[in-house]
Amino acid sequence: MAQARTLITVPAQAKRGELVLVRALIQHPMENGFRHDENGRRIARDMIQSFRCSFNGKEVFRADLQGGIAANPLMQFTLLAQESGTLEFLWEGDNNFRAQAKAQLLVT
Amino acid sequence: MLVAHALWAQAEIPLDQRQSGSVLLSPSNLALQNDPGLHPASLWLLEGEALWKTPPSNNAPSCASCHGDAQTSMRDVATRYPRPRGAQLQNLEGQINQCRVQRQHQPAWPWESAPLLSVTSWVAHQAKGKAIDDFASPHLKADLAAGRDLFFQRMGQINLSCAQCHDQRWGQKLAGVVIPQAHPTGYPLYRLEWQGVGSLQRRLRNCMNAVRAEPYALGSLELTRLELYLMWRARGMPLEAPALRP
Repeated sequence: MAQARTLITVPAQAKRGELVLVRALIQHPMENGFRHDENGRRIARDMIQSFRCSFNGKEVFRADLQGGIAANPLMQFTLLAQESGTLEFLWEGDNNFRAQAKAQLLVT
Repeated sequence: MLVAHALWAQAEIPLDQRQSGSVLLSPSNLALQNDPGLHPASLWLLEGEALWKTPPSNNAPSCASCHGDAQTSMRDVATRYPRPRGAQLQNLEGQINQCRVQRQHQPAWPWESAPLLSVTSWVAHQAKGKAIDDFASPHLKADLAAGRDLFFQRMGQINLSCAQCHDQRWGQKLAGVVIPQAHPTGYPLYRLEWQGVGSLQRRLRNCMNAVRAEPYALGSLELTRLELYLMWRARGMPLEAPALRP
């Protein structure tokens, strides 16, 4: 797979001063490296380690992801709408995993 | 004894008492299932849509080249599977693979592989809300009867049949979990336990393992017949693929 599938949910429009709910979902196994397959072999660790979201180039949200987080992690947070712009999402992890997504927010 | 036996023979769930497994979901899981922005299976739908539109590497036609827009051409297809294709009873996954081998000249995708589940989810999703077929075709009679026999067949060290739990004891508890009626309205579905999307046959094999029976192979005639019987048992109920289950 060239890039993991991502799904961003942001309202297309928001009023200035309004709280905007941002959701970012990504397809990833989040294999913690402690599990074994049916033949008893350990399954290699494969985790997303960090998630970052920036708005017009400025970081607005960041998370470190660790072993207890389930596959296909969903990030959900709020932003205070002040100006229109572009949200950029970046996930990075083991085995040089890297996925990016963008979303537009129009503030009126 | 005779009375008990007669009751057993009629233990099928009355049509108006049937319910989808969605009614047993917790409020938070129901919210996940009903919001496409939260439902993790949405990621499989995105993948399935891309695979539907992209020609395979050998420049053979893509799914869309023949079938066009899935939203119109596939709008009720999933309600009618499994069905006989040629001499063989085929479920939706099998049909997609048959198309892939015969029309696209590509190797079949393995059962439960990500691309097969993605395309199957995408096709099944188009039929969301449509009533499941009544499978009344005379060609299906023998397979339906065989599937029904499997449903009532005790199996495994625990010696249970599907019917003993899902026809006779639905709504009661098994190890703290409410036993569902087992209507396959949401497959392929995202199961939290699997951390991914899986097929009905994977779920059936889970149940067979749980009663310590040796499960039939994925894609085997037995599982496909059982799938057919389960779909017939849910005839008229709306499809809700891809669903979410704990």
